[in-house]
Amino acid sequence: MNDPLVIAGKRYASRLLVGTGKYRDFDETRAAVEASGAEIVTVAIRRTNIGQHTGEPSLLDYLPPSRYTYLPNTAGCYTAEEAVRTLRLARELLDGHALVKLEVLGDPQNLYPNMPETLKAAETLVREGFEVMVYCSDDPIQARMLEDIGCVAVMPLASIIGSGMGILNPWNLRLIIDKARVPVLVDAGVGTASDATIAMELGCDAVLMNSAISHARNPVLMASAMKKAVQAGREAYLAGRMPRKLYMAEPSSPTEGLLTALAA
Amino acid sequence: MTKVTFNGETQTLMYRMTVRDMLERMGLAGKRVAVERNGRVVPRAEHGDILLFDGDRLEVIVAVGGG
Repeated sequence: MNDPLVIAGKRYASRLLVGTGKYRDFDETRAAVEASGAEIVTVAIRRTNIGQHTGEPSLLDYLPPSRYTYLPNTAGCYTAEEAVRTLRLARELLDGHALVKLEVLGDPQNLYPNMPETLKAAETLVREGFEVMVYCSDDPIQARMLEDIGCVAVMPLASIIGSGMGILNPWNLRLIIDKARVPVLVDAGVGTASDATIAMELGCDAVLMNSAISHARNPVLMASAMKKAVQAGREAYLAGRMPRKLYMAEPSSPTEGLLTALAA
Repeated sequence: MTKVTFNGETQTLMYRMTVRDMLERMGLAGKRVAVERNGRVVPRAEHGDILLFDGDRLEVIVAVGGG
């Protein structure tokens, strides 16, 4: 089925985007990313460890930028300024790469986004030519504001980062999806395969996840499950579900041609 | 003597250094890193030209696993 995900004019076959954090080692990271079928992978930007990097392999050796589209993030940033500086450095690191994931956090416990700072950072980044995919609250008005600023995708949370609590407010996600003119991705909160399917059935264009895969008992197997879950949800969305008939059964088998009851 | 901050730690330079010299000293020569000096990105092509001055603050970053 030719049904590409289009972000900032570029086409992707996979509608699953995965993070690369919290794996046991780079081998497991690579195996899980491969099993997920993801083409876009998020990475974090951090200081080099003084005196530790000589000869050590790096993430980029395991997930070659020639094969994957990197999505550098601003995880851990609490102000617009920190986020903008981080992504300017990411662009330099990745040779002018423009596609980025903006997230500005508001609270270290629940990692909820700080939306005023997120909007401020988005304005600066769009002005500087970045293609901004933005992590946001599931507020349809702020999602629209981010779209109006020029973000190339809006990525509301399904539940808080790393919680695995699933899709807590499908109604808000639908409000965002129904109005959006850019791709809508669920970012954060997916816990298991059915959550990813529900997100896609709601009409999300794609799903971004990390912990649901990396914290599974078998991350590589879960990555494979997520690939299928996203595909299943997308196909179900396109197919259009049957209408719900509450309290009214309808048999699936013919009602004629049944055997006559034997006379008593 | 010139003192600069490298990823939050003070480094004392005994002679005039460029950004590239500093990366070599920190074992990062030829590595894929990006450098910010006093809040501004230093493009890779300029690492060999930009001299460090007393009080300069360098941030040197890599890509790591993250979500």
